[in-house]
Amino acid sequence: MLARKRISASSLYVLFIVMFVVFAFPFFLLIVNSFKSNGEILESPFALPTNLSFAHFGDAFEKMNFGVTFFNSVIITAFSVIFILLFSAMTAYHLVRRPSKFNNSFFAVMVASMIIPFQSLMIPLIYIYGAKLGIIQSIPIPLLIMLYIGFGSALSVFIYHGFVKSIPLETEEASFIDGCNRRQTFFRIVLPMLAPTSVTIAILNVLWLWNDYLLPSLILIKPQHYTMPIQMKVFNGTYMNNWELLIPAILLTVLPVLIGYMFGQRFIIKGVMQGAIK
Amino acid sequence: MLTEKNKLKRLGNQLFFTGPTMLFFAMAVLIPFIYGFYLTLTEMATPSSPAVFKGFHNYVDAIRDTRFWDSMWLTIKYVGATVVLVNVVGFALSYLVTSGLRGQNFFRTAYFTPNLIGGLVLGYIWQFIFVQSLPSIGEKLGIEWLRLGWLGDEHMAFWAIVIVTIWQSAGYMMIIFIAGLISVPKDMLEAATIDGANAWQRLTRMVMPMMIPAFVVTIFLSLKNAFMVYDLNFSLTEGGPFGSTEMVSMHVVQKAFVEYKYGVGQAEAIVLFVIVALVTGFQVYFSKRMEVEA
Repeated sequence: MLARKRISASSLYVLFIVMFVVFAFPFFLLIVNSFKSNGEILESPFALPTNLSFAHFGDAFEKMNFGVTFFNSVIITAFSVIFILLFSAMTAYHLVRRPSKFNNSFFAVMVASMIIPFQSLMIPLIYIYGAKLGIIQSIPIPLLIMLYIGFGSALSVFIYHGFVKSIPLETEEASFIDGCNRRQTFFRIVLPMLAPTSVTIAILNVLWLWNDYLLPSLILIKPQHYTMPIQMKVFNGTYMNNWELLIPAILLTVLPVLIGYMFGQRFIIKGVMQGAIK
Repeated sequence: MLTEKNKLKRLGNQLFFTGPTMLFFAMAVLIPFIYGFYLTLTEMATPSSPAVFKGFHNYVDAIRDTRFWDSMWLTIKYVGATVVLVNVVGFALSYLVTSGLRGQNFFRTAYFTPNLIGGLVLGYIWQFIFVQSLPSIGEKLGIEWLRLGWLGDEHMAFWAIVIVTIWQSAGYMMIIFIAGLISVPKDMLEAATIDGANAWQRLTRMVMPMMIPAFVVTIFLSLKNAFMVYDLNFSLTEGGPFGSTEMVSMHVVQKAFVEYKYGVGQAEAIVLFVIVALVTGFQVYFSKRMEVEA
C-alpha cells in the first residue's frame, strides 16, 4: 500500500513537472533569447547566450518609449480601477439597501448587459465619440477612463451586491443611532467592511485593463498616448522578425506584470477564485 | 432603518450613490447599444458624412457577405474546440494541484501565469515559437510537420491559435475548478471509497456532478471569450494566411475601421450579439437545471 502510494506520488510529480515545462517554456525562451543577437537567435533559439549583454534591452527600451508608455498604462489602469471601485461600491450599497422598482430594474439591466460582446458596442462608440462629438481627438485618455468605468461597473456592482447583502443591518443601524447619515454610514462603516471584496474586484479589473487592446487601439491614436499593448503592436509592425529587438521589448512589457505577480500572487489567485464563485 | 424624511433628500441620495455609475454605464454601454441599432439602418459615405436612412439594407448585405459567414463558421469551430479543451485541461490541472502533494501551490501559481499577460503579447511570444523555434527543432531532427511554419498553413494556423488559447486560459479555469473541488465534502468521498467506489467512479459520479456550478462559470467564460477572440487572432496570424484564420471579431473590425462600412459592420456585430446571447443563455439555463445538492 505504501509503495503504491509512493509510486503514484512520484508519477504525479512527473506530471507536475511536465506541465510546468509546458507553461514555463515560452518564458524561458524569451529570457534566453533576449541577450542574443539576430545571428545567434536564427542559428539556434535554444542555445544559452554566450554573453550577457543588455545592449538590446537598452535599445528596445528607448525605441518603444518605455517610460511614457508605461506611465500611460499605469495612469489609465489606476484611475479606472479607483473609480470603478468607488462608484460600484456606492451603487451596489444603494441598490441593496433601497430596493425600488427602478433600482431593481437598473440592477437587472446591468447584469444582463454582461453578455453584450464588446464588438457590438465599439462601432457606435467610435462613431459617437469620434465622428459626432470629436472627444476621441481632444481628450482620448480621460474618455478611455470614463468608458472603462462604464464597462467595468456591471461586473463590479454585481460582485459588491452579493457582499453588501451579507453585511448585517445592525451595524448600520448602530451608526444611524449614533447620528451618522446615509453617506457617512457608507464611507465610515460599510466601505471599510467591503475592503476584501474591493481587493478581489481591483485584481479582476487590473488584469483586464492592463492588457486590454482593442478599445484603446481605436481611441489612442497619437504615439504619446500609447499604452503597453498598443506600443507592442506598433513595435512588432516596425521591427517585424527583428527578434533581437522584439524579444527584449516583449520581455520589458511582460516583466512589470510578472514582478507584480511575484508579490501579489496569493491575492491574485484568491481574487480570481472569489470573483468567479459569485 | 433610517429613511430620508423628504423626497428631495431621497432623490439626492439616489443620485449621489447611483448617479456616477448610471452616467458612465449609459455612456459606455446603454447609449452605444441602442444607437447601434439605429446605425444599422443608415449608410454614410465616410464616417464623418451625414447618415442616410437605408432601412434594412445593411442586414441584407450582412447576410450576403460570404466572408462574414466564413469567419463566423470558423469562430464556431474555434469555440467548439477551445471550450472543450480549455475546460478539460483546466479541470485536469485543478485535480492535479489539489492532490495534496508538497509544492502544489507553487505549481498553481505557475500554471496561472499566462493569464496575466494579454492575448496580444502572448501572440507575439508564440509567434517566436511557431516561426522561429519549432522550425529550428524540425530542421535539426528532420521532423517535417515541425519544420514548416505552422502559421503559414491554413489548418495548422487555426490549431496554433487553439493551442495558445488553451495555454492561456486553462490556468484561469483551473483556479475556478479548485474553488469547486474544495467545496466537495471529503467525508462523502471517504464513505464512497469504503463502499468500494474506485477513483474513476468517484470522479465521474460524485465530484463532477457536484461541480456543476463551477462548470457553469467556466463554460460561460470560455464560450464568451472564444466568441469574442480578437487579440490573439490578430497578433498570431492577423487573419492570414489569405484570410483563412480571420474570425468574426476581426472581420467586424475590418469592415468598420478599414473599409469604413459602419452600417454593415454594426449589423454583423448585432448578429454576433444575438448568437452569443442565445448560446450563453441556453448554456446557463440548461446547466443550472443540472445542479445537484450535496
